[in-house]
Amino acid sequence: MAQFSLPQNSKIDKSAGKTFKAPAGAKKVKTFKIYRYDPETNANPRVDTYEVDMGSCGPMVLDALIKIKNEVDATLTFRRSCREGICGSCAMNIDGTNTLACIKPCEDIKGDAKIYPLPHMPVVKDLVPDLTHFYAQLASIEPWLKTDTPAPTRERLQSEEDRAKLDGLYECILCACCSTSCPSYWWNGDRYLGPAILLQAYRWLVDSRDEATGERLDALEDPFKLYRCHTIMNCSKTCPKGLNPAKAIAETKKMLVERKV
Amino acid sequence: MTTKKPAQSRPLSPFMLGQYYRFQWTSLLSFGHRITGVGLALGTALVALWLIALAAGPATYEAVAPHIKAWYGQILLFAWTWALMYHLCNGIRHLFWDVGMGFDLKTAERSGYAVVVVSIVLTAAAWAVAYLA
Repeated sequence: MAQFSLPQNSKIDKSAGKTFKAPAGAKKVKTFKIYRYDPETNANPRVDTYEVDMGSCGPMVLDALIKIKNEVDATLTFRRSCREGICGSCAMNIDGTNTLACIKPCEDIKGDAKIYPLPHMPVVKDLVPDLTHFYAQLASIEPWLKTDTPAPTRERLQSEEDRAKLDGLYECILCACCSTSCPSYWWNGDRYLGPAILLQAYRWLVDSRDEATGERLDALEDPFKLYRCHTIMNCSKTCPKGLNPAKAIAETKKMLVERKV
Repeated sequence: MTTKKPAQSRPLSPFMLGQYYRFQWTSLLSFGHRITGVGLALGTALVALWLIALAAGPATYEAVAPHIKAWYGQILLFAWTWALMYHLCNGIRHLFWDVGMGFDLKTAERSGYAVVVVSIVLTAAAWAVAYLA
């Protein structure tokens, strides 16, 4: 059943938020309102306010987060690695949509920058969600090349046309922005695979070298795993890499129909 | 060393549409499709009630008809007409998606605008026919 409000232990305690003022003399101040949760206390999550002097800060949201952690509040916790949109670690909910903090310019945010962890996920600490279930779902679609024919003496070749079918799929960095933007995934994420995993599943379905297409389709033919997609398209709207999971899901549904007719 | 808490005790991150996740044009229309679907199901029951009253004879019909002619009955009927037209047009949009067409973000947004405009035009046309003909 669709759930529209947060459980008791997850409600944001509005009175608990702390405010960190900008240093005196700061010229270009931007306010960041950041979700905080400390697993070592029994307190509910809160939202802290940080005023950052953008005059001495890099342009991206991740730059601001790092500046806060370095100079203002070392307890602020978030994942980050590559800082150039290729690792997917810093995926979070910024200004009401999911994206990567490292490629989201602070300038693009009107007013205060509100930063939350990826939506409808268990929170480990602050902006760090628990992705265990997401990764287990990825493993469940067996995202590797499966073949029955004996391995050739060289690479398994692919025509240029067949290779082109993987464009728009192989670029996915599994940041989970799309899956956690999807209302169907919020409400049925225990059984619905979600856009990111379904895009991965399709990536192997259209790979000309893969020989387990039928078996893969059998595994997806399920009212929940695949068919909870209602083409809401939040996934494609939010993908920081500009991919289109909604289209990949539609193509998968088409393959399931086409093999019957 | 602190002991690791079980996952169940972890808070759920905020997710509500509107409040924490910005409505997108596409998600708004998708929710519109679901809500008009529910509205139409309820509306069908009331239309059936009206037909039953009609079949039950003049006395029963006399009891029901004033409600349909009253301002609230007219507003509901108008809302249902639009819900029907919207659900129909968006249903056709879904059929295009089912064959893999119109997934490009620009196209999906434009087809959404088209659905809203056409559903309003069709609703106006239906009422114009009902009142002017």
